[in-house]
Amino acid sequence: MSMTSSVARSLPVPSRRAPAGAGALAWLKTNLFATWISTAVTLALGYVILRIVLALIDWALLNAIWTVPYSANGIAQTAVCQAVKGVGACWAVIADKYRLILFGRYPYDEQWRPAIVVLIFIGLYAVSAMRRFWRKELVLIWVGALAVVGVLMWGGVFRLPVVTDDQWGGLPITLILATFGLAFGFPLAVLVALGRRSTHLPAVKTLCVVYVELIRGVPLISVLFMASVMFPLFMPAGVNIDKLLRAQIAIILFAAAYLAEVVRGGLQALPKGQAEAADALGLSYWKKTGFIVLPQALRLVIPPLVNTFIGFFKDTSLVLIIGLFDLLTMGKVALSDPPWQSFSTEVYITLALIYIAFCFAMSRYSRGLERELGASQRR
Amino acid sequence: MSDATLDPRLTSGRVAPKRAMRLSWSDPRFRAIVWQVVILGAVAAVVWYLIHNTSQNLASRRIATGFGFLSRTAGIPIGESLISYNPAEDTYGRALLIGVLNTLKVAVVGIVLATILGTLIGIGRLSKNWLMARLTAFYVETIRDIPLLLQLLFWYTILQGLPGPRNALSIGGMVWLSNRGLKLPTLNWETAHTVALLIFAIGLIGTWWWNRRAHLRQEETGERPAVWPVAAGLLVVLPLLVWAVLGAPFQWDVPALRGFNFTGGTSISPEYFALLLGLVTYTAGYIAEIVRSGIQAVPMGQWEAAGALGLKRGAVLRRIVLPQALRVIVPPMTSQYLNLIKNSSLAVAIGYQDLVSVANTTLNQTGQAIEGIAVIMAVYLTISLSISLFMNWYNAHIALVER
Repeated sequence: MSMTSSVARSLPVPSRRAPAGAGALAWLKTNLFATWISTAVTLALGYVILRIVLALIDWALLNAIWTVPYSANGIAQTAVCQAVKGVGACWAVIADKYRLILFGRYPYDEQWRPAIVVLIFIGLYAVSAMRRFWRKELVLIWVGALAVVGVLMWGGVFRLPVVTDDQWGGLPITLILATFGLAFGFPLAVLVALGRRSTHLPAVKTLCVVYVELIRGVPLISVLFMASVMFPLFMPAGVNIDKLLRAQIAIILFAAAYLAEVVRGGLQALPKGQAEAADALGLSYWKKTGFIVLPQALRLVIPPLVNTFIGFFKDTSLVLIIGLFDLLTMGKVALSDPPWQSFSTEVYITLALIYIAFCFAMSRYSRGLERELGASQRR
Repeated sequence: MSDATLDPRLTSGRVAPKRAMRLSWSDPRFRAIVWQVVILGAVAAVVWYLIHNTSQNLASRRIATGFGFLSRTAGIPIGESLISYNPAEDTYGRALLIGVLNTLKVAVVGIVLATILGTLIGIGRLSKNWLMARLTAFYVETIRDIPLLLQLLFWYTILQGLPGPRNALSIGGMVWLSNRGLKLPTLNWETAHTVALLIFAIGLIGTWWWNRRAHLRQEETGERPAVWPVAAGLLVVLPLLVWAVLGAPFQWDVPALRGFNFTGGTSISPEYFALLLGLVTYTAGYIAEIVRSGIQAVPMGQWEAAGALGLKRGAVLRRIVLPQALRVIVPPMTSQYLNLIKNSSLAVAIGYQDLVSVANTTLNQTGQAIEGIAVIMAVYLTISLSISLFMNWYNAHIALVER
């Protein structure tokens, strides 16, 4: 390829912006059929995509089975599903098991409680996403919402029957592990990040560095193993912390190490003059940190915080390995029912769609925010 | 900076004289010491409390301590290993070593494949072809939003649902895919191959030496002797010639169905295959984004300026764009590689016997949870730290030298 052509191609070419009125045809010409290579790629990809989409529609919609008959003793008759296996999806497994997958073994008549809990969590995320709520009162909203979640799940007050946490399961567990992980991990992370940045306290700094690097150097599964098999050894004889709380503590400690690095990034990005000006005004360390440094630094790191949160949200699925009943585990439990054993694809796709719905919304939000905050900084 | 010495804050005469520390709360140095003593004391107290409880619990439950179990016979059946292993004789130490090797096996292959796939997808996202750009963007968005564990379970059940060896899917009668895994043909290795490989290695050194000479020559005279004929001769023609002289042996060991399973060739277990597939497709989604942002970080003006200097397109890419893109790419790429290695521990969920899986069995059999988890953590920390060190060195090597 000659040099001149490469230079010419990299210059802004006016023809790329189709003149008004040229319409769809010009768009197609520039974006799909610009060169013969591009045309070949378009045709090949278009063919493959079309075949896949058509096959998917056939499998997931046209040939799918939506309900199956039940025998007298309530066992699903899946012969009709087995007959179309590979040709059509068997969504009847979802119709049969969706309550189990979403809410686990929570008492059937009380499942409105975890359903409300899920809505509270979604509302909490939505409120936290709105910039007009980015102030100190947001902390109160979080404390309030998490308290309501606790009351609804456990019960025992307001004439709600008690439901112990070994009966919890499904989506609420996933949301609880991720959200409480953030709520408790975040304050810890701020302290660790401040400790790591401190210049006057070398011993504390070393402690924070060791903590962060140790946790970030090992896989989450080893921290979860630690929580499930080593934690009981740490406690004095007779004290027993249940499995969910142990996993929650592990996730908090794990989350704090990663969040601390995000917060540290924000602290580093803040111009030094801010802290120096606060010093010059004679503010104490905590006043300087609380009123000047943190409000600005945390604002800078909200997009990466959201991305880190998406990571935890997916990582909570690892509790499957230590036998907690989160969304993914409940999917596997649903599949252990003999009539439905061979319909794992349908269940896994449904679970994937639930995870995608949450993660996609959050990542969209984080990207929009990044653009918005970036715009205000560019001036 | 030339005016640094003029800065009054930097002249030593202005530094406050050192005063003796006062035992008073208003002395910052005294406060710092008190705070550190308090915080370290609190941490030490908690740690001591946990250790105290643990030792009491271990004593009351009669659990042994120490790493003595490493030299005891393991009896853990291990499906695939790179070194010989006999569960009836070999020790826990050797079983764990096999676990480490299995982890490295999936990590190294995974990193290479994920880098290739991720780079292709990242370049695809920058394609001028709308369909290509949208398709790769869709891939990146979707694959990153599904938990890896879910993807691994999905791939594993798909592989298990394949037909048995008798009805295995075949590609050209050489490669077979069944619920026993992937069967691949192998080359019957002969001395001629070893010799040819040796010649190739020598050719590499020769090419490097010739390239250096060409470089020096170019700096001296401005004329660069051609490198490619020497490279082609040393790397392709000579090894092929040697191989041909030694009889040109070339025979595949093709897997064939005998009874209920395949014999011959080599095989990739469904567990390893599912783990590799999941890790590569998942990590490639992240690598694609890193590559894309790295390429986009190089301003258009760099291409144009290099073109204006008369550099060829390949030279522009190699000497101008890539070095700048790499500077953006290397740090996040390092953390993706580390993530891939750590994520390979999810193997335990689908029964691939990596370090975590073997250590988990070990700690269940011996009851020595602390030692088992210590082994896992120590190995991952060693791997993580050595990769970080290497990548930091590499990053410093390619970093922009400022003043």
